[in-house]
Amino acid sequence: MSILVLADLHEGQLAGATAHVVAAAQAIGGDIDVLVAGEGVQAAAEAAAKLDGVSKVRVADNAVYAHQLAEPMGALLAELADGYTHVLASASTTGKNVLPRLAALKDVSQLSDVIAVDSADTFKRPIYAGNAIATVKSDDVLKVITVRSTGFDAVGTSGSATVEAVDVVVDNSQSSFVKEELAQSDRPELGGAKVVISGGRGMGNGENFKLLDGIADKLGAAIGASRAAVDAGFVPNDMQVGQTGKIVAPDLYIAVGISGAIQHLAGMKDSKVIVAINKDDEAPIFQVADYGLVGDLFEILPELESKL
Amino acid sequence: MKVLVAVKRVIDYNVKIRVKADHSDVDLTNVKMAMNPFCEIAVEEAVRLKEKGVATEVVAVTVGPKAAQEQLRTALALGADRAIHIETDERAESLAVAKLLAKVVEEEQPGLVVLGKQAIDTDNNQTGQMLAALTGLPQGTFASEVAVDGDKVHVTREIDGGLQTIALTLPAIVTTDLRLNEPRYAKLPDIMKAKKKPLDVKTPADYGVEVASKVSLLKVESPAERKGGVKVASVDELIDKLKNEAKVL
Ligand SMILES: Cc1cc2nc3c(=O)[nH]c(=O)nc-3n(C[C@H](O)[C@H](O)[C@H](O)COP(=O)(O)OP(=O)(O)OC[C@H]3O[C@@H](n4cnc5c(N)ncnc54)[C@H](O)[C@@H]3O)c2cc1C
Ligand SMILES: Cc1cc2nc3c(=O)[nH]c(=O)nc-3n(C[C@H](O)[C@H](O)[C@H](O)COP(=O)(O)OP(=O)(O)OC[C@H]3O[C@@H](n4cnc5c(N)ncnc54)[C@H](O)[C@@H]3O)c2cc1C
Repeated sequence: MSILVLADLHEGQLAGATAHVVAAAQAIGGDIDVLVAGEGVQAAAEAAAKLDGVSKVRVADNAVYAHQLAEPMGALLAELADGYTHVLASASTTGKNVLPRLAALKDVSQLSDVIAVDSADTFKRPIYAGNAIATVKSDDVLKVITVRSTGFDAVGTSGSATVEAVDVVVDNSQSSFVKEELAQSDRPELGGAKVVISGGRGMGNGENFKLLDGIADKLGAAIGASRAAVDAGFVPNDMQVGQTGKIVAPDLYIAVGISGAIQHLAGMKDSKVIVAINKDDEAPIFQVADYGLVGDLFEILPELESKL
Repeated sequence: MKVLVAVKRVIDYNVKIRVKADHSDVDLTNVKMAMNPFCEIAVEEAVRLKEKGVATEVVAVTVGPKAAQEQLRTALALGADRAIHIETDERAESLAVAKLLAKVVEEEQPGLVVLGKQAIDTDNNQTGQMLAALTGLPQGTFASEVAVDGDKVHVTREIDGGLQTIALTLPAIVTTDLRLNEPRYAKLPDIMKAKKKPLDVKTPADYGVEVASKVSLLKVESPAERKGGVKVASVDELIDKLKNEAKVL
């Protein structure tokens, strides 16, 4: 077997998710190559070469791959996929955008959001917002898979893979990049943080989210939110945790003013320890919380911050 | 410009599903079904484009069993002009759905195709991207803003780090994210009118598309149940438990 992993980039740097996808590739077994595609991605390629288990890093460094637009990326992957038995990417917005294009170009199905590898052709994936886990078998000659990072522990970084340039350049006259507004934050990335504290509609407004800052600072936590908080404009969309937002599985998840709708639970119920703070003692979030504290968040949060 | 919208019949998002005792699938008997929430957003966007004078006609299409016509009637009540039902009782996976939609695109020649970003049953998030690849058209996925401007469309996309705006040549494929718009409710007179709007019924065979897939569903299980824990009485007790019992602080 030979596996091609599409590296996930964040502002040109290698994103943490890639180390989890390589772990999924190791669970399948076989030779593992990583494709780093973008513009000015040498540093990302070198970082990818250090991931344990990788034999070769293939680098497609060209302006046409800048921002990893779906059309050129799909075409590039379709060129490179021959000879591989599996192509994997993280179930990030880039992986989800690009990989189905490859699958369609190769006339094969795609398996989305894989959380466990049973064998080289059989995988587990959540369906219905994680309320059921399906075991699926693919008989396609090429298996195209997106991997949910929380299902696999990241590989280490003591590797030394060879780095080789890919000279495939495709045309793209259909799509162009206009602009990006990326959230700037010194906090850890939501997907990789050990502690996450999230606020919901109960926070009342965006200003009140500052109540979470001090606690997040003390715990080294990332800050998340429910969809209701995002829809109400309290915080930006990239903070949404849930079925249609980010999937997180930190050691500690603290839900503040969040009721616990199934769509929200789908994004956090694999956390090791869950704490819920809610004034309604019947809120469904308490059914999944290891520790529940019933009360007014506006009194609890300042007290918690001062006592940590 | 004609706009094509793909809608899918799925379990209502409020329903908590159960896995069948024999683990062959989830149990959908007598479960409330509805239009996929992301498809409602897709229909709304198409109808708004028509109201703004950008679109001239809105065509809704679905692939699924006979009952999926309910969702097409909903789309018609919300403002679509006509509908196409590709009827099949087989399990049509994303690739087969995309192949069928590609045939409809070839026939109808829409300027824009709008789909939901994911269906809340299979959570695949694939169909729009596959359709784009099969038709050779550009794609704007996870859209939170769509602006048609001459022969281009600007799509603002919800990506992991924030928002990204791209420009696509038309025709193009767009998939909707949650914050693109807030879908309206169908009014009773519109529901009545929708019953008279044209609805064509086709089969996958009419389009020469094979629905069977190479992926088989071996087993469906319930996820490991998470047990609720305890209620703590104070912040001090919470901190104590997190430190000494859970050992996460
Ligand atoms: C297709 C679809 C996809 C979705 N995807 C997601 C998703 O990815 N993520 C997501 O989160 N949601 C998602 N949702 C929305 C989800 O159904 C809920 O509407 C949402 O999670 C509710 O957010 P909330 O818990 O913040 O708000 P609410 O349900 O309004 O809960 C607010 C809570 O705050 C508590 N509260 C209020 N004031 C205080 C106070 N002073 N002190 C303490 N507690 C207080 C209340 O008791 C209440 O429990 C989706 C919905 C659909 C239809
Ligand atoms: C009759 C029938 C029975 C099925 N039974 C089962 C079952 O028992 N178990 C099981 O696991 N799977 C079943 N499926 C398969 C599953 O529903 C397919 O995987 C699905 O149709 C493919 O789309 P998706 O939801 O994966 O797409 P996604 O990529 O998640 O959907 C994105 C968007 O694509 C469009 N779209 C998707 N499907 C359709 C469609 N059918 N018609 C029009 N637009 C669409 C919508 O705009 C949607 O928002 C069944 C399908 C059908 C048609």
